[in-house]
Amino acid sequence: MGILEINDVTLRFGGVVALDKVSYEVKKGEIFSLIGPNGAGKTSMLNCISGLYKPSSGSVCFNGEEITHFKPHKRAALGIARAFQNIELFPHLSVLDNLMLGRHVRMKTGILSGGLYWGKAQKEEVLHRQKVEEVIDFLEIEHIRDTPVGRLAYGLQKRVEVGRALALEPEILLLDEPMAGMNSEEKEDMARYIIDIHEEMETTIILIEHDMGVVMDLSDHIAVLDFGKLIGYGTPYEIQNNQKVIDAYLGVENVG
Amino acid sequence: MKNPFVMGCGEFHVNYKQDMAIWKISRVRVRVMIMVALLAIFPLIASDYIVGLATLCGIAAIGAIGLNILTGFTGQISIGVGAFLGVGGYTSAILTAKLGLSFWIAMPTAGIITAVVGGLFGLPSLRLKGLYLAIATLAAQVIILFVISRWDTLTGGTAGMVLSRPEIGSFVFNSETSYYYLMFVILVITTIFTLNLFRSRVGRAFIAVRDRDIAAEVMGIDLFKYKVLAFIVSSFFVGVAGALLGHYTMVVSPELYSITVSIEYLAIILVGGLGSVFGSIYGAVFITLLPVFLRTGVELLSGVFPDLSNVLNGMKEVVFGLVIILFLIYEPEGLAKIWKNIKDYFKLWPFSY
Repeated sequence: MGILEINDVTLRFGGVVALDKVSYEVKKGEIFSLIGPNGAGKTSMLNCISGLYKPSSGSVCFNGEEITHFKPHKRAALGIARAFQNIELFPHLSVLDNLMLGRHVRMKTGILSGGLYWGKAQKEEVLHRQKVEEVIDFLEIEHIRDTPVGRLAYGLQKRVEVGRALALEPEILLLDEPMAGMNSEEKEDMARYIIDIHEEMETTIILIEHDMGVVMDLSDHIAVLDFGKLIGYGTPYEIQNNQKVIDAYLGVENVG
Repeated sequence: MKNPFVMGCGEFHVNYKQDMAIWKISRVRVRVMIMVALLAIFPLIASDYIVGLATLCGIAAIGAIGLNILTGFTGQISIGVGAFLGVGGYTSAILTAKLGLSFWIAMPTAGIITAVVGGLFGLPSLRLKGLYLAIATLAAQVIILFVISRWDTLTGGTAGMVLSRPEIGSFVFNSETSYYYLMFVILVITTIFTLNLFRSRVGRAFIAVRDRDIAAEVMGIDLFKYKVLAFIVSSFFVGVAGALLGHYTMVVSPELYSITVSIEYLAIILVGGLGSVFGSIYGAVFITLLPVFLRTGVELLSGVFPDLSNVLNGMKEVVFGLVIILFLIYEPEGLAKIWKNIKDYFKLWPFSY
């Protein structure tokens, strides 16, 4: 049984069918990639998993529990974390506070103990600060920890965004185009971080990415969407030889 | 010997507790202590008139910190502050004058009741954002004032109610100085509570809701809960400020809590700095004292040009409006930002590069 099971998920916006009976499963501890042309429904799929969209029909199961009707914040508490495609950091907070916010569901301080601070809240802050510092060391962003995120360069913001999701200590990490708009060196760095997250923290990763080199190298399994339909599922080798996928997305190299 | 003309450089913290302190450097801590001490001893030297003005500034600051929690930090615009002040003032008036409870019970209760009312009017905030929410809170303003002025048996209607000054044992807070200290203690508690709040979990969640609500939700923040919570915390402090104001002026009546008051409070946090605790205090002082200075200025000029006194009186409002517009254009982040710029300038002085 997979950690995440998608069963016949359909998502309609009025007459537009964004997802059409998509089913697949993600196994625990793998790197799973979603690929497809623009507008194929990849981000909509991720929104269904993290709870921003409610599927019109079908179900999403996490660790065997149906979460289709859970609110997004409840899914975060279960251990589903996400980094967005367009950076969705909190621009006025420092890197450190963004990451501390990532640990929101792991902390307990309420409004009164927070306002009184000395004692319980302070202890908890220090404890969770240690975890956050581990993430900061891991992603090598020590030098910017006190900088407000809004002032950082794009590549760094992307890394902080991954860091915020990581701070939650997720069981499953959704990465929506973590390498979009990066140069090849930054891409290599990001790929290395993804592999490290996968190997050191044993986190299951769902990745949306357009760089086929990265996708084919990293993924254990790939699902291909086109116009809301699942047109391929399998290992990178199988996908590369799937005629439907080649026609819809990968294309053929014209020689001569 | 330490060279007095150079700034110390490098902040060395050896544990997270030090790194997360409100004031991290001992020089800053000393400066804050001196400021607090000065504010604590100043009523002993100043005249009653000035101490009275300071008390009004302080009460406005408590309310403004409350409003800033909601509007500045959580990003939910509210133009119902005037009415919430009224709820606080009237609750305390009813509890002390009609039920004979002591001020020390009535004031916190006024805070709690205002928090509940604020929470109720915060319920639409899940669906409404920005201007739409502003209009919904405007409804709060109108409804609450309507209830207050029509519920004659409870509130005394448009005639209002008379309150007494609080007392401990046989000591009554009748003098300006004693009431100043009462206000001062509550202001300090409010300030420290709010500063703490925004370096711990709930405060961070408030800011996250303001900056990106969708991301906040995906990171595990229950939007509805935290928006209503912001309304509740904010209204609590506004209610306490209302009760303090009521017992200070010793009268509550509907026209003291009109929409003009709401807008004045919005002006306070705009001029002071949205999302800044100290900004609320600077703004409260500025907006409370501005009319006083303008009046003094007009009186001086009227002495010189007696014929122009009518014109000058009208100019007061114009100058007031002008100041707010100039702030919005030249320093939208308010007095708090101006003060920060000054500090930053001297941090590197004389070589600012």
